[in-house]
Amino acid sequence: MKQRRTRESGAPPVATMDARAFTLLSLTVLCAIVAHAAHLPVWYIAPLAAIIVARWWRRRRRRGRVSGWSRAAMLLATALAVFAKYQTPFGPDPGAAIVCGLLVLKLLESETVRDARMAVGFSCFTLMTVLLFDQALVMTLVVGLMLLPALATLRALEPGLPESGWLAAFRPGSALLLASLPLTLLGFLLIPRLATPLWGSPNQGMARSGISDRMAPGDLHSLLNDNSVAMRVGFDGEPPAADQRYFRGMVLWRFDGREWTPGFAARRPGPDAPLAQRGDLVRYQVTLLPSHQHWLFALDVPIAAPRDAQLGPDRTLLASKPVDQTLRYNVTSAVDYRLHPDRLPPGLRRWALELPAGYDPRARALAKDWRAKAGNDDAAVIRDALTLFHTGGFVYALDVPPLGRNSIDDFLFNTRTGFCEHYASAFTFLMRAAGIPARVVVGYQGGYWNNVAHYLLVRQSNAHAWTEVWLQGRGWVRIDPTAVVSTIEMADAGGDNGAPIGGSIGGWWLPWQNRMDIINRWWSQSIINFDALSQSHLFRPFGVNRTDAQTLGIALAIVMFLGLGIGALLASLKPREKPRDALAAAQLRLQKRLARAGVVRGHAEGPGDYYERSARAMPSAAPMLRALSTEYLLLRYAHSEPPPERVRDFVRQVRRLRPSRVL
Amino acid sequence: MAAVVDRGRSTLARGQRLLLTFARGRKPEALPIRLDRRRIYIVPTRAGLGYALLLLVMLAGALNYQNNSALLLTCMLGATLASSMLLTWRELHDLTLRSVHAEHGFCGQRLPLHLAFADDHRSRHGLSIEVDGLEQPCPLVQGPGRAVVSITADQRGWIDLPRMRISSTAPFGLFRTWSWITPAQQVLVYPRVLADVQAPARNDDPNERAAGGDEFASLRDYHAGDPIRHVAWKASARHDHLLVREFDRATPGQPLRFDWNALSGIDRETRISRLTGWVCDAYTAAHPWILILEDRSSFGPANDDAHYHRCLTALAELP
Repeated sequence: MKQRRTRESGAPPVATMDARAFTLLSLTVLCAIVAHAAHLPVWYIAPLAAIIVARWWRRRRRRGRVSGWSRAAMLLATALAVFAKYQTPFGPDPGAAIVCGLLVLKLLESETVRDARMAVGFSCFTLMTVLLFDQALVMTLVVGLMLLPALATLRALEPGLPESGWLAAFRPGSALLLASLPLTLLGFLLIPRLATPLWGSPNQGMARSGISDRMAPGDLHSLLNDNSVAMRVGFDGEPPAADQRYFRGMVLWRFDGREWTPGFAARRPGPDAPLAQRGDLVRYQVTLLPSHQHWLFALDVPIAAPRDAQLGPDRTLLASKPVDQTLRYNVTSAVDYRLHPDRLPPGLRRWALELPAGYDPRARALAKDWRAKAGNDDAAVIRDALTLFHTGGFVYALDVPPLGRNSIDDFLFNTRTGFCEHYASAFTFLMRAAGIPARVVVGYQGGYWNNVAHYLLVRQSNAHAWTEVWLQGRGWVRIDPTAVVSTIEMADAGGDNGAPIGGSIGGWWLPWQNRMDIINRWWSQSIINFDALSQSHLFRPFGVNRTDAQTLGIALAIVMFLGLGIGALLASLKPREKPRDALAAAQLRLQKRLARAGVVRGHAEGPGDYYERSARAMPSAAPMLRALSTEYLLLRYAHSEPPPERVRDFVRQVRRLRPSRVL
Repeated sequence: MAAVVDRGRSTLARGQRLLLTFARGRKPEALPIRLDRRRIYIVPTRAGLGYALLLLVMLAGALNYQNNSALLLTCMLGATLASSMLLTWRELHDLTLRSVHAEHGFCGQRLPLHLAFADDHRSRHGLSIEVDGLEQPCPLVQGPGRAVVSITADQRGWIDLPRMRISSTAPFGLFRTWSWITPAQQVLVYPRVLADVQAPARNDDPNERAAGGDEFASLRDYHAGDPIRHVAWKASARHDHLLVREFDRATPGQPLRFDWNALSGIDRETRISRLTGWVCDAYTAAHPWILILEDRSSFGPANDDAHYHRCLTALAELP
């Protein structure tokens, strides 16, 4: 074993890693890099992984740092790759790419124990950055497990590890990680959260997901293929029927020939649209996953806005700040309602009829045709349009041919293939052209009813667009033109069918999927969503209504000291001395009794001498002790395997002996 | 920056020295010595401070981005690393030094010490013992713990055991725990061996010499302490320094005679060292010898281990 020089002798110790420590370090770095594979391009991650393996392979043959030139070349290559992909070094993705590159560089120059400790620390940091991209339960667990190689590396850097067995390096780290879980959770609960971020906007530049506030042909396409969870809805009482599950997100008024946007109408000030509500109200809780957008989704028309949100002019919900964290809100909605039943204000009517000039002449002509045929009967026009979609050879498909300048004409008369947004767009256009006020509504429709936990699981693929037309006396009426399309050209149209995952319904794994989703829901509600507000209610069960940061800090300090104290107590427990057999146990017991009576066996004292000494110290028990001593020596040393009945006898006699102190 | 670091380091060193004056275990104490919590010290190492900084950065990041998964990970890492302090501390806790046994060693060499620790069914992989400025790893694996360290012996006779520092940084190298022990025990150090002058041929007793008659063998340079009558005056006259006659080794059976009083003209310690050297030579050659000390007490003749150690002990214990 090499001797390390001490501080007194001058220079700090320069100890190099042994082969095992280096292998563990390589594994640690590899884990940290691979964990980033979910969001960094493969052509970036794969070479980095290859470099790690190459470095490991080379160091097995020959120790020493990789030459400075190679490292400089790699640094340059990293910089070029990041620039080629992102054009900027700032932002989460380029940042993660740079961190990964630097970590591998660090491995290339790691040779000493000190290098290795730095590389392990850097790996831990890199692992943490993975979670800035994905907070899901599975990812957190995976990243947590990836701490184990890091801890094993730290252990292997210390001397005294047994030569054989890889598990020996992992054991202390894993055991300690498990033992530290209570402290981890307490720390998690008690570390005061920041009400406002220290720097930057928390989700600056992060990819926006979910529905956006504009709808051009094909915009929803990526969304309909996205099976990630958008929100979960739990109802008080029975959920609405499957064909009533329309969650309105926002209303789009303005059409410019190509895309639908909210327009000025959606931003108009003034009183809420007058609402006449009939029938029962539906109460429910929505858990919305981060969308980084302002709008919230509510079933049909909400009666009032939840906390930190307001009711828009079209009875949609707008949060006061973007939904950057999982948000939970309670809403009450009317499913049977009349919105603007009696009179549509002239301004609104104009907006609801506005069409861009010079687009889609054939569609306009068709609508005029219907209008002329139907006279004043709006319902007949609507019926005509729906009949067209139902029997006119229209196909529901996600693979849509591109549309020309006159997108509505192109869709209605040429391609006849599309999904919800094409139908909603074309239908609204036709209605407006026929003089019926109409608007597009974007939101979610359907969802998967989890029968185990009783909630509705809504995925991004449940994104939907439909139309609302205004009819005299009935107000705004929802019409879903997509629903009448009879030909569906795909098995797994994730879109509007409400399948759990990947569009497949049923299967033996369904209960497990349900359970998994319950766990995911718990994770997102209890862990991811645990913020400053939930923290301030932490001690409510103990009668403290609001807990501020200072109290939390004090509680944290107390918990840490208590934890350390308990830990120290546990650590100082002696391992119980395990007697080898019944004979040894009996003899240990006898010794304990004698010790209590005042005769303690010395370290170097044989049993014969000891019992003789005890016999002299307590004459009343002397004959018994001498007999026991002889018997013990006989049993222990005269037989390789003492006869069990004599051992039992010995044990009984020991139990009977009551030594009393005489001296 | 460097200046700040340097100042920090010197402050740290000063602090450590100050702490040392209060540290327990500086006074010699009787064996067995058990390390209890009152005498075990623990501080983070430089790596430990580095990791504390890292954890702070991770904490700030997780809090700033309001990312609870990252915070959970940070807490997990922090709790694990902080709890490693207990494992480090446990390396020393309840360690009991039962006995210290010194091997025979000569002054000026390193003297191996065998430390025997009580068997408490635990492994302490990361122990190292620093003594006389030399840190020596001595991992204890389950079972009765034994460790060998060496101390420098620069004084003959019975010396007190030096203060030893038992320390450990296991399992992760983030904390260093240590404890001072100074067993109240003395070990015997044999005198320094001086091998510059060959042992006197056979015996230098003038009476016996007259009867015997020496076999003249060769000439060599004079060293202080050589008997004057061995000087080859005629040969020396032809050189600019003195030469002395060397004689053949005594024939077996006739003991060598190492007499304190036959050495003259050199100081006391050199005399002791030279006698020691002779005793060692004779022992290696398995030739019987007689040692006669200042007070005319004589040992031998013999050439066995017991005689050897008796002679060296007597020489070491000379005032």
